[in-house]
Amino acid sequence: MTGPVRHPPFGRFVAAGHQAGRLLVQPRMGFAGVRVMRDGLLAVRASGVPAIGTVTLDSYTRVGQFDEAARAVARGLDLNGFPIVTHGADRTARMLHGVVADDFPVQVRHGSAQPERIFRTMLAAGLTATEGGPVSYCLPYSRIPLRTATASWTRATRLLAEHPDECHLESFGGCMLGQLCPPSLLIAISVLECLFFVEHGMRSVSASYAQQTHPQQDAEALGALRRLCAEHLSGVDWHVVLYTYMGLFPRTPEGAKRLLRESARLAVRTGTERMIVKTVAEAHRIPTIEENVQALRIAHEAAASEPAGTSESEMDTGIHEQASALVGEVLGCAPTVARALPLAFEKGLLDVPYCLHPDNDNRTRSVVGPDGRLEWWNTGRMPLPAAVRVHREPLSHRRLLDDLDYQRRRFDQPVPA
Amino acid sequence: MTPGLAPELTTGTGPRRRFVLSSVPSDAHMWNLVVLQLFIEEMGHEVINLGVCVPVDLLVDRCRAEQPDCVVISTVNGHGYIDGVGVIDALRADPACADLLVVIGGALGVVGDRNTGLAGDLLDHGYDAVFPVAAGQTGEAMGRFREFVAERMRLPV
Ligand code: B12
Repeated sequence: MTGPVRHPPFGRFVAAGHQAGRLLVQPRMGFAGVRVMRDGLLAVRASGVPAIGTVTLDSYTRVGQFDEAARAVARGLDLNGFPIVTHGADRTARMLHGVVADDFPVQVRHGSAQPERIFRTMLAAGLTATEGGPVSYCLPYSRIPLRTATASWTRATRLLAEHPDECHLESFGGCMLGQLCPPSLLIAISVLECLFFVEHGMRSVSASYAQQTHPQQDAEALGALRRLCAEHLSGVDWHVVLYTYMGLFPRTPEGAKRLLRESARLAVRTGTERMIVKTVAEAHRIPTIEENVQALRIAHEAAASEPAGTSESEMDTGIHEQASALVGEVLGCAPTVARALPLAFEKGLLDVPYCLHPDNDNRTRSVVGPDGRLEWWNTGRMPLPAAVRVHREPLSHRRLLDDLDYQRRRFDQPVPA
Repeated sequence: MTPGLAPELTTGTGPRRRFVLSSVPSDAHMWNLVVLQLFIEEMGHEVINLGVCVPVDLLVDRCRAEQPDCVVISTVNGHGYIDGVGVIDALRADPACADLLVVIGGALGVVGDRNTGLAGDLLDHGYDAVFPVAAGQTGEAMGRFREFVAERMRLPV
């Protein structure tokens, strides 16, 4: 992998934004109807902040229940996203007409373990940026065997790689169940999925990380992710995307906004190029267009007031070393990333805490430590040092709800005057 | 018998009953299932957790084979009012499942609190109870569920 890096439109847009010192913000927005989806994208474009548009797909489309999506659309029912396959490429292209522009790229976010039909439709509608991955859209999003998902993602990634317009693919590996997955594992999966994309011909990728429970730990994690990307992705266009907290969200508007602002500051401080926001509706229901636009503005303002940083973090708790060990072990277990990933889960080299998917070992456990850092409680068969802290009480529903609820409590509490 | 998530924690004292816990076909959310499994195990019962994105046929097959004392459908992705109907229609249409105790709960629609009116529809289709859960009402809903189970199974609360 040598030669000059060519930035495709999405990658170029992100790089230009970053050079101009602006954090690019992006919603997770999707509606069932064509008109409201178009209105939503136009509102994001007109938001007055440097933003990228998103078309988030509904769950029927995600799991391939296209008939069910069609029935719901015919009956005019509300869905939790845009059913792109049901609407089809032509209607989607018309929906996007005059919306997508050089200064306003649009990405499809889909959550599908078998995304080929989605990718075909999206490409035919003129959309060239999307996300996911064989692991990150299989284990948390389906019950499909990891090998089946990996085979489908291999074909799907090639569709993008071989498309005449250069496409962009973001790994969703930095999210894994949204909460309670320690940083080293998130980083390793994200980097491995980017390597999988490159193995199948992608030239423009992004690696992700979802904000967890502790700002300094997150800063260290983002630094580690950037370092690993630099080590493994030379020769292709890449950047880092941060997700505002993906777990149980604060219920109060003020709490939700404070968490959103904290993520925007984290992004700027760590030199992160792009961020995907959450809204004040997150704990309650699908957000409206207005709530999405509000979230973009809040994130932009918080970002603009934070001095830009490098990815150097103040403290090294070993996240880079752990993530690097995981990536190395996994790459070492098979000649291709596509073969290594399912094998790694089979051997328990990668094991997502609490994940019920049949191909996940489900021996690992994590906890929020006394200082708020996310820690390993049990590392299962992963090639990591055994968990340092022996935890106070055994697993119970209360114990788990307490950890799931940690961020919500932290941010819903009124700020002392 | 399926191994529990935290078997050492079984606290219930009454007779042990068997629960099938399941999501609906389109829903991938998992934490609700993990927490509910622990909760029901802590009540002293056995849980067969079918996981996320459960096809209706698979659910009916497992219920037919296991003949559980209670079927718990949990979903939070907002398609519950649509998917929940398909699930209960299929269960009630199967003679071996028609009389099972079946409940559904979670974030059932996409517009938050305003959805609760749709619960009646799910009851009409044959659920024995519906537990719509708005943000912040998790503990309360689980408490009501525990009471419901105790009453229906004549167990000590
Ligand atoms: C974590 C999360 C995710 C993770 C899930 C990882 C995983 N596989 O589990 C990821 C990132 C993958 C994800 C994906 C999606 N998500 Co999500 N997610 C959340 C989030 C942030 C937290 C959910 C959670 O973990 N809660 C913790 C558990 C313990 O609580 P709980 O789920 O409420 O369950 C408890 C109670 O509801 C109750 N309960 C539940 N069922 C039952 C049943 C009975 C009988 C009883 C008594 C009680 C009961 O007890 C449970 C245990 O305590 C919520 C928003 C929030 N709440 O902050 C959104 C949310 C649930 N997601 C949502 C959506 C729509 C999606 C997506 C479809 C993407 C999209 N379009 O936005 C996809 C799902 C794809 C699919 N096929 O379904 C929406 C649902 C909208 C609605 N209902 O109005 C929410 C509310 C966010 C939002 N505002 O848009 N999500």
